Amino acid sequence: MIGIEHYIVVSAMLFVLGVLGIFLNRKNIIVILMAIELILLSVNLQLVAFSAFLGDLVGQVFAMFVLTVAAGEAAVGLAILIIYFRGRGTIAVDDVDRLKG
Amino acid sequence: MIQIIAFYLFAALVIASAVMVIMARNPVHSVLWLILAFFNASGLMVLVGAEFIAMLLLIVYVGAVAVLFLFVVMMLDIDFAELRAGFIKNFPLGIAIALVLLAELVLGIGAYQAGNIELGVPSGAAAPVLGDTNTASIGVLLYRDYIFLFEAAGIILLVAMVGAIVLTHRKRPAGSRSQQDIGKQNRRNPDEATVMKQPEVGKGVEL
Repeated sequence: MIGIEHYIVVSAMLFVLGVLGIFLNRKNIIVILMAIELILLSVNLQLVAFSAFLGDLVGQVFAMFVLTVAAGEAAVGLAILIIYFRGRGTIAVDDVDRLKG
Repeated sequence: MIQIIAFYLFAALVIASAVMVIMARNPVHSVLWLILAFFNASGLMVLVGAEFIAMLLLIVYVGAVAVLFLFVVMMLDIDFAELRAGFIKNFPLGIAIALVLLAELVLGIGAYQAGNIELGVPSGAAAPVLGDTNTASIGVLLYRDYIFLFEAAGIILLVAMVGAIVLTHRKRPAGSRSQQDIGKQNRRNPDEATVMKQPEVGKGVEL
């Protein structure tokens, strides 16, 4: 039977793939944002799986809030990407140093 | 039996499409693979009986976030081949870090289980059924116990929306046709904006 361990393994693999995506596509911020979405998806999957297997619905409510923040983050991230592209004409972000930070 | 088959199908597809998201040459393909990953993840959530979150995932991610990504990828004129230059160079480091992270996760789960804390044992703390269905239960929980958090989530979305608009809004140069002059609009009065004509029969109107 499918237990919580199966879900943990799938979720952990998704998380690691998301982190790997950030490392592999260091220049392309669009793919980096998508990798972040993958990481948030794995966290949501984990929350929902634990919520279902422990019989505690709070996890699903929490997954909803994670979803909300992820949607806002994607919108603001893409807006920043667009104004960066307007100013520079490229989205290569591995050498962003306009703020000289 | 069908549950086990469905789980392995969804799990394999979600992992495979996640691999394709980070490996695809074209970001448009990446977005499409991401949509497939979301569909399969929501299938996994349906399997454990969380219909509401599964459908919410589809509506919010596939309906809004993925389409937003698609719009941005197609709107910007970018040479994606150039952006992949460091892909091979970063590969060994990325794989090494991913393996270390995976080993740590496995170790963490193993240690958790070794501590005689069995995963997946119902605590019974919040077990009582609130509504008839998953959606009704979440609704009761959300509007009764977590109403302030719910409103805070609404404020977060509002701030994100205002932020995105303020960031991307471009002010038109003064004097261009699309520039709105509110004072000029307010100074308009009917006397100079309209004329009365009494055309004779059979003749046109000269404006």
